[in-house]
Amino acid sequence: MLDNSQFEPSPAEQERRRIRVRAHRRSLLVSLTSTVVFAVVVWFGLTSTPGWSRVQASFFDWPTAEKALPLVLNGLLLNLRVLFFAAIGVLIFGLLLALMRTLRNPVFFPLRLFARVYVDFFRGLPLLIVLYLVGFGVPGLRLDGVGRISPELLGIAALVLTYSAYVAEVFRAGIEAIHPSQRLAARSLGLSYAQSMRYVVLPQAVRRVAPPLMNDFVSLQKDVGLISILGAVDAVRAAQIQVAMSANFTPYLVAGLLFVLLAIPSIRFADHITEKFAKREQVGNLL
Amino acid sequence: MTEIDWNNPRLKVRGLRKNFDQRVVLGGVDLEIYPGQIVALIGSSGSGKSTLLRCINLIETISDGQIWLEGEDISVASINQDSVRREIGLVFQSFNLFAHLSILDNITLALRKVQGKTKAEAEEIAMNWLDRIGLADKANDYPDKLSGGQQQRTAIVRAVALNPKVLLLDEVTSALDPELVGEVLELIRDLKKTGTTIIMATHELSFARDVADWVVFLDQGVVAEEGEAAEFFAHPKNLRTHEFLSRLNI
Repeated sequence: MLDNSQFEPSPAEQERRRIRVRAHRRSLLVSLTSTVVFAVVVWFGLTSTPGWSRVQASFFDWPTAEKALPLVLNGLLLNLRVLFFAAIGVLIFGLLLALMRTLRNPVFFPLRLFARVYVDFFRGLPLLIVLYLVGFGVPGLRLDGVGRISPELLGIAALVLTYSAYVAEVFRAGIEAIHPSQRLAARSLGLSYAQSMRYVVLPQAVRRVAPPLMNDFVSLQKDVGLISILGAVDAVRAAQIQVAMSANFTPYLVAGLLFVLLAIPSIRFADHITEKFAKREQVGNLL
Repeated sequence: MTEIDWNNPRLKVRGLRKNFDQRVVLGGVDLEIYPGQIVALIGSSGSGKSTLLRCINLIETISDGQIWLEGEDISVASINQDSVRREIGLVFQSFNLFAHLSILDNITLALRKVQGKTKAEAEEIAMNWLDRIGLADKANDYPDKLSGGQQQRTAIVRAVALNPKVLLLDEVTSALDPELVGEVLELIRDLKKTGTTIIMATHELSFARDVADWVVFLDQGVVAEEGEAAEFFAHPKNLRTHEFLSRLNI
């Protein structure tokens, strides 16, 4: 191994490094100044508007926030529960749909067609409408055996229906991104179609689509708030109740901030794995 | 070595044709190989060497002709293709190691999932092979950490470990740097000693002359000339063979 510790950079390299350090310092200074100036301008712009004091009173009222917080937090627990089960359901159903779409044998044409129509349909249909249809349509069927279905469960079903369509496309892209030679090698060793999918293609595909999957998860995380329209007392609904009782909009802000706090770890994690994959796949990082 | 039974070829091909739409890639090829033999397929690029190997492995659907493995017709429509591929190994020019699996797992995957061996059994077989090709210390490394020659030797061993009746090698040295070709050829030489039956498409003519029992020269999808290796290279009879060999300076 060559040893770099004794190495003395040439004058040309030392000059390059000096200039790089200077340029770096300068851009840091510029960005800091512009950030501060921007923040000051926004703050003064906002506070000098004629309605600012009224907005401040009805959106940023600390006592109202304090009072709403425990109730909204309690509602957030429901959101978390829904998120947990919906995410699992989406992964399973989305993967199944993706596998259906990649089947090549003509025997499976109906499955392929179903998956394709399904994905087209639910990618186009607004989640809000799915929630209405499932949330009010399914109970309308009067399935006597099952009794009253909780809005929580209906919400999970609606989220799984919609998000599976997105996630299926992500999985499918991942499966198709694996070079055919990998499957060819597996088949030539005697592995069946299903075995080469299970042991060779899917493990590589799942790794590759981890970053976009995380993005869908972040998006699901905030969309769980929509189940409030079905009457489940989640964070959004709890905030709504508080708003109605206190005639003040602050609880909405509280709920919103809680969702953001909830999302930050997932967002950071998504960034982290995206970065990790990018690093592995490209050596050059100049451009 | 035991005497070869010339009435029972390990693999027999008769009248094999392969068209891609109107383009004829193989125009009726006959071929046979006997247990323990090495047959070298030579010919310029596009002469159909790779296609022939892929047809034998049933990765390509053949357009006409028949293929027998130990007397059983494997070209009938009702054949279980997966079970045929278990008996016929194929190694590619581009290695195609599984990128997400360690070297050891690359070799054990088919041993476990296809042949139903336990993890311990499979790993013992794999380690024996890795030992033999000097890569035992790389067992837990991933393919991208290995040189091309090491990857290709692993790919060959991955196929041989399954103990196939015929091993097909598709230009296994063509994607390698010149200084790495030798180690792969050495492994093939070693396999010959243990009686592996091999059909290899190759551009390494001097290697073919040294190691192969039989040489088949494919030209534009048909067998232009074939013969015992020494005789074939010493006294080529066909004009095209002459041209091909002199162009490659052998």
